[in-house]
Amino acid sequence: MEATVVRTGTEGKTWGGGNEPLKSSYGKMMMWFFIVSDALTFSGFLAAYGFSRFKFMDSWPIADEVFNHFPFLHGVDAPMYYVALMTFILIFSSVTMVLAVDAGHQLNKAKVTFYMFLTIIGGIIFLGSQAWEWKNFINGTYGAVYTNGGNVLQFIDGDGHRVALADIAIPAASDRVEHESKNGVWFESEKAMPSYSIEEIKAGFAANPDLLIRTQIMTEEGEKTILSREESIAKLDNEAAGVVEGANLTRNEYGPPLFGDFFFFITGFHGFHVFTGVLINIVIFFNVLLGTYERRKNYEMVEKVGLYWHFVDLVWVFVFTFFYLV
Amino acid sequence: MAHGTAHHHESNTKKIWTVFVILSIVTLIEVVLGIFKPEFLTRTSFLSMSLLNWIFIILTIYKAYYIAWSFMHLEGETKGLRRAIVWTSVFLISYLIFILLTEGDYIYEVFKSNHVAWDF
Repeated sequence: MEATVVRTGTEGKTWGGGNEPLKSSYGKMMMWFFIVSDALTFSGFLAAYGFSRFKFMDSWPIADEVFNHFPFLHGVDAPMYYVALMTFILIFSSVTMVLAVDAGHQLNKAKVTFYMFLTIIGGIIFLGSQAWEWKNFINGTYGAVYTNGGNVLQFIDGDGHRVALADIAIPAASDRVEHESKNGVWFESEKAMPSYSIEEIKAGFAANPDLLIRTQIMTEEGEKTILSREESIAKLDNEAAGVVEGANLTRNEYGPPLFGDFFFFITGFHGFHVFTGVLINIVIFFNVLLGTYERRKNYEMVEKVGLYWHFVDLVWVFVFTFFYLV
Repeated sequence: MAHGTAHHHESNTKKIWTVFVILSIVTLIEVVLGIFKPEFLTRTSFLSMSLLNWIFIILTIYKAYYIAWSFMHLEGETKGLRRAIVWTSVFLISYLIFILLTEGDYIYEVFKSNHVAWDF
């Protein structure tokens, strides 16, 4: 086999191989490459979100009106608080992660275990919060009416407070019943029908002279346009096409369908990252417990998963800004 | 497997908690501004965006810097690796944002001036 050994005369020189110009291990570098490409994916999503927002510059929903729930505070207008709490949870789990990495440098198994455990708990709490946020978003609060042009009309009373569909509708006797597969051909069913039909809403709106319609269009003051009573009735009669409650991928009660789509897609994709992050953290956690890294005398695996976990936190910082603040 | 780098590390615990405090304070400022939305910040426009939004974005990048530099330990990496990561992302993302936002604004103008009907 000696014939395969080639002497190039560059041994020990810069291009002779065997040196590490970036002084980083293979695994860490690959994690960084993955993070950069993943960061570009997220930027693609967020930039597309920005594109749609610029396109619907004067009719985008106001975040504070959409995300204003807080656990155990029903009916209280609490914008920002819940998402701020979620942000703190994620930042704190990032801190415990970096503390675990730090303890790993000192080969302190007990501390690494403890901090990894806290990180996993933080991740799980965040995921739970995310689920609760989605639940509120999907169920909606007030409901709205959509028009033929795909716009959303919301209802307010004389004081400018939002009014829920349930308080407007006059239930009619001739309700159409949702078709279920058990009532006919077994494979045919339809999507869940809204609680109220558009006729019931129209009847209720006509009967209550206090009610007005709020469109999506922003005024100069950054508030949504409120139509006069006459305009409201005309708008409802001419343009209303159906009732929408909460949000799905086709339409939502908050504004342009794209708003809901991007919310689901971007927070969903981030949530998926948190989920995989928690899974990988659990794998590493058990490896720490089993003493795998103790035997290696090297806790670099904790550092690598740490990089991923911080990246997830980093993405959330941007999602937080562009969905809830700006 | 040991690379010999794992031995002489002093503890950075103090610095980690400092960064945590900085990140928390910045988040708190963002939340407070987001709740109160001071009038003069939302009214004042700079480069076709309100001053408040500029503050949010700058604070976000400030937070991102601390997370990447301190938590992800970029400050300790070699200059080459750091630049490969930061410059790649920064240039590509800036370009993407520029092109998409310009296009989005253009479409908004077209819709607004009614060359194209979209609300039937």
